[in-house]
Amino acid sequence: MRLSCPLCGERDRREFTYQGAAAMVDRPAPGATTEQWSDWLHLRDNPAGRTRDLWYHEAGCGAWLVVERDTVTHEIFGTALVGGDHAD
Amino acid sequence: MRIDGMGRVDRARVLGFTFDGRRYQGFAGDTLASALLGAGVRLMGRSFKYHRPRGPLTAGSAEPNALVTVGRGARAEPNTRATMQELYNGLASVSQNRWPSLALDLLSVNDLAAPFLGAGFYYKTFMWPKAFWEKVYEPVIRRAAGLGALSGQPNPDRYEKAFAFCDVLVIGAGPAGLMAALAAGQAGAQVILCDEDAAPGGRLLAEAEAVDGRPGADWTAAQWEALRAMENVRLMPRTTVTGAYDQGSYGAHERVAQHLADPGAAPVECFWRIAAQRAVLCSGALERPIAFRDNDRPGVMLAGALRGYAHRWGVAPGRRVAVFGNNDDAHRTARDLAAAGLEVVALVDSRHDAENRAGDVPFFPGHVVSRAHGRRGLSAIEIRGADGRRQRVAVEALGVSGGWNPALHLTCHLGARPVWSETLAAFLPRADAVPGLRPAGAVAGALSTTSCLRDGAEAGRAAAADLGFAAVLPAIPEAEDAPGRLRRLWAVPGRGRAWLDFQNDVTVKDVKQAAAENYASVEHMKRYTTQGMATDQGKSSNIGALAILADATGRDIPQTGTTTFRPPYSPVPIAAMGAGAQGQGFAPVRETTSHAQSVAMGAPMVEAGLWYRPSYFPRAGETTWRAACDREVAMVRGAVGICDVSTLGKIELVGPDVGAFLDVVYTNRFSTLKPGRVRYGLMLREDGHVMDDGTTARLEADRWVMTTTTAAAGQVMRHLDWVQQAWAPGMDLRFVSVTERWAQFAVAGPRSRELLNGLLDAPIDDAGFPFMACGPVSVGGVAGRLFRISFSGEHAYEIAVPARFGASLFEALVARAEALGGGAYGMEALNVLRIEKGHVTHAEIHGRVTAFDIGFQRMISPAKECIGKALAARPGLVEESRPQLVGLRPLDGQSPLPAGAHLFAAEGAVTPDTDLGYVTSTGYSPTLGLPLALGFLANGRARHGETVRLIDRLRGAEVACEVTDPVAVDPDGGRLRG
Amino acid sequence: MVELTAQTPWAALLPVTAGATGLSAWDPGPMTALMPYRGRRAALSEAMQAAHGLGFPDPGEVTAAPPLRCLWTGRGQAFLMGGPADPGLSAQAALVDQSDGWVALRLEGETAPEVLARLVPVDLRPAALPEGRTLRTLCGHMTVSITRAPEGLEILAFRSMAGTLVHEIADAMRLVAGRAVLG
Repeated sequence: MRLSCPLCGERDRREFTYQGAAAMVDRPAPGATTEQWSDWLHLRDNPAGRTRDLWYHEAGCGAWLVVERDTVTHEIFGTALVGGDHAD
Repeated sequence: MRIDGMGRVDRARVLGFTFDGRRYQGFAGDTLASALLGAGVRLMGRSFKYHRPRGPLTAGSAEPNALVTVGRGARAEPNTRATMQELYNGLASVSQNRWPSLALDLLSVNDLAAPFLGAGFYYKTFMWPKAFWEKVYEPVIRRAAGLGALSGQPNPDRYEKAFAFCDVLVIGAGPAGLMAALAAGQAGAQVILCDEDAAPGGRLLAEAEAVDGRPGADWTAAQWEALRAMENVRLMPRTTVTGAYDQGSYGAHERVAQHLADPGAAPVECFWRIAAQRAVLCSGALERPIAFRDNDRPGVMLAGALRGYAHRWGVAPGRRVAVFGNNDDAHRTARDLAAAGLEVVALVDSRHDAENRAGDVPFFPGHVVSRAHGRRGLSAIEIRGADGRRQRVAVEALGVSGGWNPALHLTCHLGARPVWSETLAAFLPRADAVPGLRPAGAVAGALSTTSCLRDGAEAGRAAAADLGFAAVLPAIPEAEDAPGRLRRLWAVPGRGRAWLDFQNDVTVKDVKQAAAENYASVEHMKRYTTQGMATDQGKSSNIGALAILADATGRDIPQTGTTTFRPPYSPVPIAAMGAGAQGQGFAPVRETTSHAQSVAMGAPMVEAGLWYRPSYFPRAGETTWRAACDREVAMVRGAVGICDVSTLGKIELVGPDVGAFLDVVYTNRFSTLKPGRVRYGLMLREDGHVMDDGTTARLEADRWVMTTTTAAAGQVMRHLDWVQQAWAPGMDLRFVSVTERWAQFAVAGPRSRELLNGLLDAPIDDAGFPFMACGPVSVGGVAGRLFRISFSGEHAYEIAVPARFGASLFEALVARAEALGGGAYGMEALNVLRIEKGHVTHAEIHGRVTAFDIGFQRMISPAKECIGKALAARPGLVEESRPQLVGLRPLDGQSPLPAGAHLFAAEGAVTPDTDLGYVTSTGYSPTLGLPLALGFLANGRARHGETVRLIDRLRGAEVACEVTDPVAVDPDGGRLRG
Repeated sequence: MVELTAQTPWAALLPVTAGATGLSAWDPGPMTALMPYRGRRAALSEAMQAAHGLGFPDPGEVTAAPPLRCLWTGRGQAFLMGGPADPGLSAQAALVDQSDGWVALRLEGETAPEVLARLVPVDLRPAALPEGRTLRTLCGHMTVSITRAPEGLEILAFRSMAGTLVHEIADAMRLVAGRAVLG
């Protein structure tokens, strides 16, 4: 598997650490209920198809990425920096 | 036998070799199989289950039968395909799976018991009594059935893993592959051309047909040289592309030096990971046999292989040969063998309307070969006409052809299923099976050499053009262009056993039996009969077995489906895949700056993640580690000790918003910390459990340095990157690891300041450097950092200098400590010191404990948000009944307390549901003169003073313990501030 | 007063030569991590031009004004090497000293990319990594920074892993040299 890092270019997957669903980015606001927190932390879709997940370019530039890919075909549609390109 | 005037081996270079101890001679260019056939040896192995005598079926990598062990002693390589092993002078080979010898194998008694060993015999025969399976049946079966054995010695050979990159990967250097590489290479693309064979050319080496008016082999050699001259083309012979993976990744297995007696300093094999923008699959086709009674006799082989042995190596399994087929290609074998001077005694074609294309040979249209005779080698065949009349013909070799299957395995590796072609009576690859990969040539169903050349050239051109190269189609050379015809025949009906899967001993009857027992799905049939599950993955048997299953279940082949081909295409040794992953290659070794000196002082080094740290520093007269540990603890409590703490993670944070950022990641508030001060902090995961702890120092208004535990340094860095990038991009701060930049040493004990004041360029005092102070210092003119923090509970400091001065500072610190009655201390003493103080490490914060559990719930600031705060407040995480951190000491004052033991009430039953907790850390406290432990006990904080039973069934320990506060030494912290 | 002496444990392990490649250590001198604050990248680059005569590098880029070089080393991060950073840059960026944190090796010889292909999952041939380009990747299990310099490929790795790094590269050099003998 190869991933295209927006900063480093196409790289072997061994440089990356997988984290989980990209929904983690949308952290509940302070004051959210315990149920909202719990849902955010624990409830995940498990799609057969398109999904967005988080990868950390740990052995590369240290950027967190959102990767959009297909869990069935393994096609990768795109990668983007978490938090935008504020500090490349 | 050798055929005069045939073959491309170098008859001037004679190579000596041995097989089962007998000496033979072959020629340069031979494989072990061709050399043995040349020397008159047809019997090369015994089958897996029935121990049937076997000879080579093929001349290539699909070989199921001729598996031998090559090399001697520790270098011996079992299960080597004799058809792939290139001959070298002095090669030593032995046959496998026979006892006492290949010719007389006593275990061939299995063959007589065949009626009981059919499909599913494991499941039926060895059911009762149950206890017999492990003790009797399995060991016996394992001994009787099998392949070669490993030497049992460490492998002295070197192996390699490597990465390669290209625009266009061409898989296979037959006519299609050579043209594909030429087209892409001429366009300027970076090309890698792999072929599993030692010599390029594929089928062209095994045929009489001319290409471009020259013998196929000569045309190949010219193409190969032209490609070699191109700088952008990399040729990789002896390299099998074994797997197709996502995003254009391919695995390839190169046999670098297996063809040499002595590899020298070279690796014997290499496992490549190739990243290719495009790939052209030119893997050709594999001939398939026709099953008939006893069709596994040595001397029976695939017709194309028989032809190839004659053309390429000038050998044949015997002078009297016959050919049996259902297609025109079989005629070519008969024709070529006759032309080579062999006695072709029969060309048997199952098609009644077939025309003889082989010339002047006895021709039997509408006939089949119904049986082979000769146990250790073919002696005769039985030919049967449509009317049922049989005749017996004496032969030494028989070539069989049931047609050709495209070698489409790689196109299935990403999950695509091939498509059945009625016209070709074969499965064809789907064009879009692997993104970026295009099958070309015989694998795509091209039938003639000309169509392979054209298809390969076009695929190579298209791949390059796709990547933006200006590519043109090269001229297509003249070649044979006759489409072959075929009428399907999978098995000749009749009595007896007809072999489908030679390697796993699966017969036509087994497949029919599977169907009869309702294992009608191809996946079930495969598992029930083990067809296709040997190391050849059923390359010569899958389609035949499938067709027979289809017939037996009254379906056609597309309805029946096909099994899934998975990587690797051919076996890859674990040694190649794991090359380098041993010793230091398994995991990097991280050494602190005091490493060499610690080793020189006799300290046993222990792993701490990737780091190596001293366990203890033995002194003369100390016979146990405990003696050294007790002394080192006493040294720290009584004088001063030195410990390298550089392995702790250090992250330097700079910017106006660091305080606000730390307030988010730590449970307690940091934004209020004054410059020059240090604070202990606790980090939670989002789920409310403890992630890590450590101190963070505010060096200057905008400059901070955080320490993490050694174990969690990487995790904390990843977490900080995450928090900043995902949730705090607006905060103005930047950070970077400085773990490696500083060598840092703990200087701990009542005489620590005295020691430092003999070392620092300017002395310190308690007013200027109180507990939890930090600041810059100068040591011998070198700028360093000093922190007054303590893990041991003593008056202590940590001093950091640039790493290049670490070794030198450690030496100076230890010398000064020794002069003050102290010295270096290791991990054992460090651990005892912190247990005495009730300080937690990752033995306690192991991922399932909360701040509440370790008694730090008050560190979660009520006045601010932080990561993990919301979910740490869930009722289940703050219940009094949760196991809480406690200290434990034996009531008798001496019984050792094993870590991992569980805690139970002083009296009552000991069952899983009366379990009250567990012990996490233990040690002997020389300060108190008794064993101490830390652990988690249900409702533990309310139980101080109670007695619990510590029980460890593994070590046979049962100790009555008093529950105490975790802090056993200096609970008021007076020593810290002294 | 104590006198501290500087030590580099890898000095004893190097240089190593095998076949067409040579591995040696070099001294990168003072190294400073430059990490521009939010929205200050351009301002930092200007300040660097004014103070040192080189700009802040784009991803994968090396800027140079001998003896200074600035290597891109990660998201929002570059290392200034060859001399101290102007303290005035701290108005635009976080400056953190990285001297001593890294072992610096140089692999010379035409087959250097072939040697590192045994360890590094990135194409390092001149066409893919020309002079003036740098990247972060893995060497075996170690994170490294690799840069093409006129003299060869420069490898920066964590100081503590110097022993393993030298061992692994030297091993790969010997295997590649062993292959060359086979022809």
